[in-house]
Amino acid sequence: MLTAAIIAIIVTMMLALIRAFQGPTEYDRMLAANAFGTKTVLLIAIGGHALSWHSHLDVALLYAMVNFVGTIAVMRFFESRADGDCGEEGGTL
Amino acid sequence: MRYLYVTVALAFFWVVLSGHFAPLLLGFGALSVSLVLIVVRRMDRADRQPGELVPQLGLVGYIAWLLKLVIESNIDLARRIWNPALPIEPVWTRLDTHVVSPQAKTLYANSITLTPGTLTTQVHEDHFMIHALSAEGIEELRHGEMERRIARLDL
Amino acid sequence: MSELLDWLSFVLLLAGSVLCITGGVGLLRMPDFFARVHAAGLTETLAAPLLLSGLMLRMDWSLDLLKIVLILVFILATNPTASHSMARAALHGGCRPLLGNRRPSPGENASSKT
Repeated sequence: MLTAAIIAIIVTMMLALIRAFQGPTEYDRMLAANAFGTKTVLLIAIGGHALSWHSHLDVALLYAMVNFVGTIAVMRFFESRADGDCGEEGGTL
Repeated sequence: MRYLYVTVALAFFWVVLSGHFAPLLLGFGALSVSLVLIVVRRMDRADRQPGELVPQLGLVGYIAWLLKLVIESNIDLARRIWNPALPIEPVWTRLDTHVVSPQAKTLYANSITLTPGTLTTQVHEDHFMIHALSAEGIEELRHGEMERRIARLDL
Repeated sequence: MSELLDWLSFVLLLAGSVLCITGGVGLLRMPDFFARVHAAGLTETLAAPLLLSGLMLRMDWSLDLLKIVLILVFILATNPTASHSMARAALHGGCRPLLGNRRPSPGENASSKT
């Protein structure tokens, strides 16, 4: 059953990667990267248990922290840039 | 009093992460905790209004209620995603807020974002800007049950 | 007893897997950035707790269980902050959400101009 969960997580990571490559805006890429990072935490926690690694949970916890700080840092950087670039304009669906 | 909470939380964190109870390692833990406490004290001097989050029993009840809400809206959103017609109707609108303290506002904005289907995009003095995937989500927030529960917590 | 725990963990892991893939599909299907944030939040708010609690039911009683709870609390506490910061940065960068109704966008009035 753990194998099925691992496969599901990897499939989701692939979907997030597709979104990261497609864009269309840089914010979409960052959102996909953040989702990818969270899935990595889950993958380390579950995969490490399935392969009976040692101390994998510490790595997962650290990865969660780095992922969060990284997202905040990149978003601060985007915000501080004078000219934001957004490809799509608002409108009606 | 605040430093007591910080000390207990840090000591708990150290013990959970290390898992060893040898005197040497516990000594290292005590050293790290006191080092972090010194840094926290210095940070309080730089930050003129140190925030204080007092642990209280009501918070547990609120989190349980919030989890129930999160599960309900997750199921709703999952249905919408798998529906071939993708029945979403995004709205972006203002939501008036009545809670005043920074802690209560933070909790409110975070709870709104944590619930799938609603997202706090901006926090202003007396209102939030909310992006929601359906009009029902915003109606539920306007109904104000979440805000009443947060106001009752007395943060 | 352990049979029951196995089944419970099976159900939790299965539900978590399905929700996880749902979030990924939503990430691809949603029409604009702001709607995609909701889909990403779906995988993080319920799929992660389901998968991790399913894992917890399979583990022996040790300090590792508390570590998983810490990971869970950390993910749940930081996810809204990250979503909010991304949405604010996108608004700051000039993105305006697509709206499904015909009312004018509130981005036009002064209070929400960044």
